[in-house]
Amino acid sequence: MIGHQAYLMLAAVIFGIGAAGILIRRNPLIMFMCIELMLNAVNLTFVAFSRALDDVGGQVVVFFVMVVAAAEIVVGLGIIVAIMRRRPGANADELSLMKG
Amino acid sequence: MLAAVSTVSIITFAIAGIICIGGALGVVFLSNPVHNALSLVATLFGVAVLFIAQGAYFLAAIQVIIYAGAIVVLFLFVIMLLGVDRITSMASERSPLTLAIGAVLGAGVTVGILTAILAGIDTPTGQRSVSGALDPANDLNVIGKALFTQYVFAFEITSLLLTIAVVGAVVLSRKAKGEPIDLDEFPQPELTAADMADDGLDLGPAPSAEVDQ
Repeated sequence: MIGHQAYLMLAAVIFGIGAAGILIRRNPLIMFMCIELMLNAVNLTFVAFSRALDDVGGQVVVFFVMVVAAAEIVVGLGIIVAIMRRRPGANADELSLMKG
Repeated sequence: MLAAVSTVSIITFAIAGIICIGGALGVVFLSNPVHNALSLVATLFGVAVLFIAQGAYFLAAIQVIIYAGAIVVLFLFVIMLLGVDRITSMASERSPLTLAIGAVLGAGVTVGILTAILAGIDTPTGQRSVSGALDPANDLNVIGKALFTQYVFAFEITSLLLTIAVVGAVVLSRKAKGEPIDLDEFPQPELTAADMADDGLDLGPAPSAEVDQ
């Protein structure tokens, strides 16, 4: 078995790519995908620590993260569809005003 | 410790890691949103492989089912609903300065975490866990027991969260001002038998308008 440090490093790289993606891209859908990348990197970290510490708590937290991510995606995509219906072609920079 | 690492596990980790990083780079740098979504599937699948390599079989299963199955399908559904062309045109060009700042900040996050790892901050404390020990051969039982005993309150809150998310999605996708959905918004062209014949469809003679019930 590979040591947990290798998994932590891989998760750090994926997290960094996701963070850079959020800063670079301005398409709301792609930004959501980058958030998923970061969540997955964190999940990988949780599982690696779970195995390193021989504790099932980390895996339970990953379960909760997946549920919260699913709920977040449902609401977020609903918001994106509602925005696109009213203002087609909007990107994240143009949506800085919190009014319709 | 190093001698115990088998070649198979190294190869598995290397392949899955390459798939993960390649997919993550694809999510960030490809321009077609469908390609972004498929790259996301690659990353999620690679993470599932790494879950299996660490003995988290149940999490690997729900990773594939929920993430690669449900969430990415939801992404693709929204992409298709809004139209791929419209989404692609929405990706505005960034100035080189912004790109550089984003890349530097992302690399900074990565380097910072890697430094912390290599500095040994992650060293396990050696304390025994309170949630129960892992048992990869009996994964589902162990997780289920922890979920429904120690974490049962969080689990119930999760059901509340999902309910709120469903209600929120319905509210967000309703038409404004609460008016009912106007079916005339989506006019359906009347198909005649001649049109169907042009499309290569032959449904036989048109049914009589006055059919006995």
